[in-house]
This record gives sequence, C-alpha cells and structure tokens, in this order.
Amino acid sequence: MNIHEYQAKALFEQYGVKTLRGVVASNANEAANACKELGGSIWVVKAQVHAGGRGKGGGIILCRSPDEVYEASEKLIGSKLITPQTTADGVEVKKIYVEEGCSISRELYLGIVLDREKDLPVIMASVEGGVEIEEVASKNPEKILKVHVDPVTGLGDWQARKIAFGLGLEGNQIKHCMKFMKSLYKLFINLDCSIVEINPLVVSSDDEIIALDAKINFDSSGLFRHKEVAKLRDVSEEEPLETRANEVGLNYIKLNGEIGCMVNGAGLAMATMDIIKLHGGEPANFLDVGGGADAKQVAEGFKVILSDPEVKAIFVNIFGGIMRCDFIAEGIITAAKEINMNVPLIVRLAGTNVELGKQMLSESGLDLIAADDMNDGAIKAINSIGGNA
Amino acid sequence: MSIWLDSNSKIVVQGITGKNGQFHTEQMLDYGTKVIGGVTPGKGGQETQGLPIWDTLSEATDAGANVSCIFVPPAFAADAIMEAADSGIELIVAITEGIPALDMVKVKKYIETKDTRLIGPNCPGIITPGKSKVGIMPGHIHRRGDVGIISRSGTLTYEAVNQVTEKGLGQSTCVGIGGDPVNGTNFIDCLEAFERDNDTKSIIMIGEIGGSAEETASEYVKEYVSKPVVGFIAGRTAPPGKRMGHAGAIISGGKGTAKAKMKAMERAGIHVSENPSELGKTLEEIL
Repeated sequence: MNIHEYQAKALFEQYGVKTLRGVVASNANEAANACKELGGSIWVVKAQVHAGGRGKGGGIILCRSPDEVYEASEKLIGSKLITPQTTADGVEVKKIYVEEGCSISRELYLGIVLDREKDLPVIMASVEGGVEIEEVASKNPEKILKVHVDPVTGLGDWQARKIAFGLGLEGNQIKHCMKFMKSLYKLFINLDCSIVEINPLVVSSDDEIIALDAKINFDSSGLFRHKEVAKLRDVSEEEPLETRANEVGLNYIKLNGEIGCMVNGAGLAMATMDIIKLHGGEPANFLDVGGGADAKQVAEGFKVILSDPEVKAIFVNIFGGIMRCDFIAEGIITAAKEINMNVPLIVRLAGTNVELGKQMLSESGLDLIAADDMNDGAIKAINSIGGNA
Repeated sequence: MSIWLDSNSKIVVQGITGKNGQFHTEQMLDYGTKVIGGVTPGKGGQETQGLPIWDTLSEATDAGANVSCIFVPPAFAADAIMEAADSGIELIVAITEGIPALDMVKVKKYIETKDTRLIGPNCPGIITPGKSKVGIMPGHIHRRGDVGIISRSGTLTYEAVNQVTEKGLGQSTCVGIGGDPVNGTNFIDCLEAFERDNDTKSIIMIGEIGGSAEETASEYVKEYVSKPVVGFIAGRTAPPGKRMGHAGAIISGGKGTAKAKMKAMERAGIHVSENPSELGKTLEEIL
C-alpha cells in the first residue's frame, strides 16, 4: 500500500526523521495562507499523488511569494498530472503540499528495501541524489552503497557511520546522518514497510540531514497490526474496479485487453493471461478468486469483470484444489441471474468436484462454451470475439 | 525414493482445529498420509478426527512427529514456524498465506541455527505420490513416477502435474516453494535434492515474475544439474509495478521480468515452454 508524501512525512516526524515544515492544502486559498503559517520567503508547492516522477511532470513548483503559491496551487489542484510513472491520461491532483524552502548544499539518495536474495533489509545510499536510482543502479552500480541489517541486532552505529562516511559527509553531518538512519530504520521495521525511499535526501547549508521527499510502501500483509497506517489508504488513487474487487476479497488488476479472465491462484491467473496473449488475444484483467471464495464472491467477480466496458468475452479457468468446481459453477449461475451476461462465456473446469460443477452448468441451461483445457479455452475465447487463434 | 517426504514421515498439523486445518487433515488422512496428531494451544488433551491434540510442539515430537504442516493464521504463523524449528521437527511445511515479510526475515535468521527445512510459506505443500501428501493439493491428479516438480505457484503446479499424469508419466515428488518474497526452501535446494535422488529422472521448474530466484537457479542448473529440465515462467503479460496476487510477483525497477528469466533458463540449457499447457508435451519430447 502506498501513501502520499505529506502522510509519509508526518510519520517521519513521529519517528524523529528530519523533514521540512509543510502544510497540506486542498484549495489555493489554503495554500496561500500556509505561507504565513510557515513564514520565510520561498516555498515549494508539491502535487500529492502516489505516482513518482512528479518533478518531471511539472507537479513541483518553486514559488517566491504567496501569490505565486496561490497561482501554482490553482494550476495543480483539479488538473491531471502526467508523469513518467502514470498512464497517458495522468492522475488527478486533489491536494498539494506547501513546504518551506531550504538552503541545499548536497543532494543524496537513500532507500531501505527488503533484499530478496539475502532475505534481509538493505539500506541503499548514493551520492547521486535527485536522479532515477534505477538508472544509477544499471549504469554505475558501484555508486550505490549497500548495508544489510540483521533483524536481531538492528542497525549498528558502525553501519550508520559506514553510510555517512560512504556518502562523503563530514563534521556534524555525520552525527546527524547517524541519527537520521537509525530513526528511519526503526520506522521501516516498526511499521512493516516494504520500501522507504528518500530522493533527494539533502544536506542543508547548516549541516542538517533532511528528507526532501518521502515515499513509503507498506507490506499489505502487515497492515492488520497497524490500524493507523491502514487509515492512510487513499482509494481515489486506485483503479475503482480494483478497490471494489478488493472489498469482497478478490484480487483483481485491470489491464487493457478484451478477454476477461477468472482464475483460481495467482500463478495460473498469470499463465492464463500469458496463453491468451500467446494466441494473439489481449487479457482484460488479472483475477485470482483464491482458494476460499464462495459462490457469492465468484458472482461479484463476474460483475467486476463485466463492469469493464472493454470486455468482449470471459474465460473462466479453474483448477480446483481448495477451490471446488461446484462453487464456481454456482457463482456463474448466480451471476447470470443477477446480471446480463451479454458476452461469450468460455469455461474450463478441472480438479476438485469437476463432474459436479460441469453437471450444474449443463443443467442450468446457460449458454456457454466448454473448453477441454486452458489452451483450448484461450483459443475459443479469442475466436468467440472474431479472432483467429 | 523421493525427496524429503515418504511413507515413513509422521505429520503433526499446527492449527488442526481451524477450518482449513480440519478440512485438509481429513484430506491428508484420506490420501494415506501418516498424520499422528495436531497442535492447538489450549486444546491439549482433546481429540479431533480420532487424533490427539497437543498444546505444544515438543509433545508432538515426543510422540514421534518429524514433519509439521502449518495452517496457523498469518498473525501467529511466524511464531508457529519457530516453535516447530525449536522442537526438532525435520521438515516444516507452512501453508499460511499473508505472513508479514519482516516476520519471515526473523524466521529465516532463526531457523538458520536449527537443523530443519522450511517449505513455504504461502505454498500448496509437498507430495510424494502414493506415499504421503503434506499440504492442500488435490491428491488424485498425481501419479507415482520419476518427474520432479518445483513451483512458486499452487494451481499452476496442479496444471503441470495433470499434464504429466495425462502423458502417462508420473511424479517422484512435487514441491510448491510458495509465492512470498521471503521463503524457506528455494529452487536450488529442490534442484540439488532432485539431482541426487536416483528415482527422479527429469525436472519441471515453474517460476514467475519478481525477484531473481529463477535466474540464480538457472545458473545452478547449468553448473550442477545433469537431468533434463523443463521450465516455464508465468507473468509475461504482467505490467510493471503491479503485484500479481503473490506478494513476490511484482516487476520493480525493470527487474524480475519474465523475459529475462526465460532467457536465463534458455542459457542454462533448460527447455523453456512458452505455452503453460504444453509443459507435459515439452517434457515428453525431450525424454
């Protein structure tokens, strides 16, 4: 789960990770008033959207008067921000963050992620701040300093010092950097984060280490023990169909094709999308109904798939393990009663209770196309909408 | 022969009185698995499905259990794994989905000091057809044979198993290693065991997008595996930045793409099937 910069910075404050003062605003008046509250003579207006690359998309504006802050906010709020990480349509800016200025002497990069190869959290730091870290990683991997942290001992002073010296810090900067690292690591662990990224991390002219940006991604499996964090979720940043499916416990991701997919298991769901593509079709979605779904959830899944106007056919691919084929059949029948299934429905059932499932479907009198296996199903789905697989 | 699990394995089910624990204990017993009891703290002394319930794992190991199957809910599962590791269980199979990744980081560190193997979490389990099934896979699609199967996904494993069985072949052992970013047994552990196992003649390895486990495993195959290997990677059509169901299945920072993984497999001499419904066929062709 992602959160906004202003939310991440509030968490930083709680953990003693230094940030600049700022005020979140949802209209230009609030933004201009924030200047008075913050004081100073320079402010930065930042669009609050989850997507990265906001600077490149024009979502970060430097202002030298409250009037300029007003104008910048007026321009951003309600507009669609297009960044390298959004779709071509962009995302709507609903809030902006007005932040006080800062005299910057250096820009650095800092991130904490889970290293899947070593199964440990790793702190990554680089003197190449403000630029795409992926680019640094591929072109100059030696410029990224990595420190793995043992969960038992936590981040040692020696490790924090190693990063500080590695970044070429000196004097008071070192002490400040160590405190910063330790606070940030504590936040990462305590809040079950999967990514904490600060780009740029800056050294101010008075030797403070400050998070100029803040990006946090939380492990959704850990949210059950962080109710306060869970409340920070902004569903307006999500695809509405994904949120709806999520509410009934289904894992759905919207894609851009025409063939809707309903599958049990994430691996099989991906493989189903792949096989459709292999035969020249385009999947409309990823949908894993999971192992524990009941007929009602399955029916809801159909409704979600059919809410996507691009969908021209639905391919149901089930290999029953925990999921029973009769539950799927019941779900299909329930959905067909409640909504108009106006697209071809291709069904492949295998595994637990397959005979019962098939029997229920044939007795229901529903107009559907039965498939022998997933290959057959993918081909039939493509051909049902005029394709030639 | 087989790997890690055979007819002598004695299984204890952690979380035996929960909905999933109950259902799958019954399924395992039906398959002929030697389940000797279960653990549910606070219910010790009671019985379920004719089996004893214990409060602690050490009571189970005292009774002879050497394999544990975990259905404990995510909030308590890491603790359950560590208890099993401490009690001297040789093989821990963690089915639970949704364990926080940082809990698993601690578990990994802890079990490094113990003489135990962890499979999973978030996996279908392990089966040695005709002998023992520890997990949630449908037993009836399996058949005894000499193909070893390793996979990060559950239902996609069933797909592969079914294709192998339909070709008149069978499986020595099938291991679902799970779809989480931090897991116990990895591809290489399985490859090493299958290479050593005299009754495994060929291997099917099913990976998916995210991480770099498939790339590392491919390197291993190139160096150390003499048996033929068929490979598949799920998620060729997955867009970057979207988590495809499994916590581990995500392309981030341009890393972990299906294309890169398939290339790594091909370079290692693995026979990559582009079509997930042709795993059995690809295997048959090379044998």
